[in-house]
Amino acid sequence: MSAAAPPPLEIRGLTVAYGERPVLWDVTWAAPQGLTAIVGPNGAGKSTLIKAALGLIPALSGEARFFGRPLDEARMRVGYLPQRASVDWDFPATALDVVCMARYPRMNWWGRVPRRERDAAAAALAEVGLSDLAGRQIGRLSGGQQQRVFLARALAQDADLYLMDEPFAAVDAATEQAIVAVLRRIAASGRNVVAVHHDLSTVPDYFAHVLLLNGRAVAAGPVAEAFTPTNIAAAYGGRLNLLEHASVAPA
Amino acid sequence: MTLGYNTLVVLAGCALLGLAAGTVGAFALLRGRALLADAVGHAALPGVVLAALIVAAFGADPRALPPLLAGAAVAGIAGVLAVQALARTRRIREDAAIAIVLSSFYAAGVALLSYVQTLPAAAQAGLSKFILGQAAAMRAEDAFWAGAVAALALAACLLLFQRLRATCFDPDHARVLGLSTQRTDIALLGLIVTVTVAGLQAVGLILIVALLVLPAATARLLTFRLPRLLLISAATGALCGMAGAAASALDPDLPTGAAVVLAGAGCFSLALLLAPERGLLAAGLRRARRRLAAAEEHFLRAAWEAQEAAGAGPGTAGDRWTPIAALAAARGWREGRAWRLARWLAFRDLVALSERQVHLTPRGAAAARRAVRAHRAVEHHLLALGAADTAGADRLADLVEHGLSPEAASRLLPEPSTLPASPHALGGKA
Repeated sequence: MSAAAPPPLEIRGLTVAYGERPVLWDVTWAAPQGLTAIVGPNGAGKSTLIKAALGLIPALSGEARFFGRPLDEARMRVGYLPQRASVDWDFPATALDVVCMARYPRMNWWGRVPRRERDAAAAALAEVGLSDLAGRQIGRLSGGQQQRVFLARALAQDADLYLMDEPFAAVDAATEQAIVAVLRRIAASGRNVVAVHHDLSTVPDYFAHVLLLNGRAVAAGPVAEAFTPTNIAAAYGGRLNLLEHASVAPA
Repeated sequence: MTLGYNTLVVLAGCALLGLAAGTVGAFALLRGRALLADAVGHAALPGVVLAALIVAAFGADPRALPPLLAGAAVAGIAGVLAVQALARTRRIREDAAIAIVLSSFYAAGVALLSYVQTLPAAAQAGLSKFILGQAAAMRAEDAFWAGAVAALALAACLLLFQRLRATCFDPDHARVLGLSTQRTDIALLGLIVTVTVAGLQAVGLILIVALLVLPAATARLLTFRLPRLLLISAATGALCGMAGAAASALDPDLPTGAAVVLAGAGCFSLALLLAPERGLLAAGLRRARRRLAAAEEHFLRAAWEAQEAAGAGPGTAGDRWTPIAALAAARGWREGRAWRLARWLAFRDLVALSERQVHLTPRGAAAARRAVRAHRAVEHHLLALGAADTAGADRLADLVEHGLSPEAASRLLPEPSTLPASPHALGGKA
């Protein structure tokens, strides 16, 4: 936690393109300790930033370092929560099965999941309030419950930095509160979150830091300093809905 | 049929093959690789024919299985590589790439085969059997080889279980965990090629994909647990393999591949219709039961509200007989429908039926009161929210009131213990 410690996530000169369409241009940014939101309009490259940092899509140039090291040397310290829509929820697995997958690096290739790992997965499910549904097939969970299963799977990675892609997308109020509680516990225990977030009105409540992104890093810093109407307008261009704008402007 | 040694070996070989295909096929299906397996099968044909040509050129027996299968494997892998190379050009999508490679390789094989047929008879013996499969042509050692290869694939599947599962469910997350999904995918592809090649002689290269897909698709209908799915898929595959081999032994004119696939299609159709939860029949019954329950509640509520409208006062059932025609009019139903419901409810002892009129029994009155409360709770809630006007609230409540528990209804009503009056006039539908 000392000031000299390398940041949980540091991105240098990251440029990413899909085919011939550039999405991220020379993004250089370091996520500080604690809870950080990445916000920006649709197509701003928020998810792309996370996926490229994790090596899931190739970058044209640039690099990402985790706690001062390349990803391969820091894998066990990095957790990932992808968008819920990225998988087939009809898959034959229970909630506990899915969370157990986070423990694979700690297991043998073959055989059953050891009791110790199963217990760790069950604890992660309990932390998001889904203990009762551990044995249920994932397709029979509600959308919010599915999102919490993904959150539990990320937690079961026992990481120091969690990269989350829209953790609050299309969830019910109870799930939103459960996720917020988990985020606060993560921050309170000195661990870190970088989350793609789409609801501008909750940024100041949920996060301490913000990165405003629109192809480039528009602004970054503590919410109080960086999350200003000017910066937001710069990130969203003319596309920011006036009502939303009003709700985030400081009184 | 006498079960000679040879027949037994062939049956066992086909069963083992089905077992392996069922297991590998489950993962192929979950990873979305079913079509690619089809490409592997079709692409194998030129490999088989070329291998036979080469072997014959060296003066060896062109019917020896190992070189033919090696040729099939090489050509199958070449087919997959061609698909991936085509897809990587980003000029066409993968499904089109598969269709192109599958048909082109197969056409090349057919052309080669017609060339081989101009050569001395020895070189072409039995090659066309690889297209549709002929288990009866299997010698004991062929069946042994097919079985051994299948057993190998099965063992690899079990060894890689955790990785295959993680890669099939969420490859991106698996990669973040540091698992090489690329290596797992290559292993899965290797397993698909292995099973395809092992099954060439028995099932044939056109239909082998069905032995991979049908047992797995059947098992998916029957369970939500992956270990159980693998078990069911493997057992179904073994059963189909054996049934196909047996049918083909009884009637040597029937290609084994066709018999195997028909057995698999039969299993799948049965499961699709009759599976306890995901089956079409079960789903249809559930829908019908829900619809009937909704109609019952609507009828009982109409009977209750007719009493209210006739002056029994809100919240009490009253004690009058109501003409079924009046209820039908209130619901906007044809009279025949109202009659059928009335007879059904009389059978369930919820109404008494006499001379074209109904009367709620005590049980029926209790059920009717619950239905009326649920309906009015939703109506009041919608009106209180300002979400609908009176007529709209009535219509919306008709749709959502069913299954609303009495406790939930109490939470929506201003005075939980009472039955409020209807917010709209009772009687005919607006």
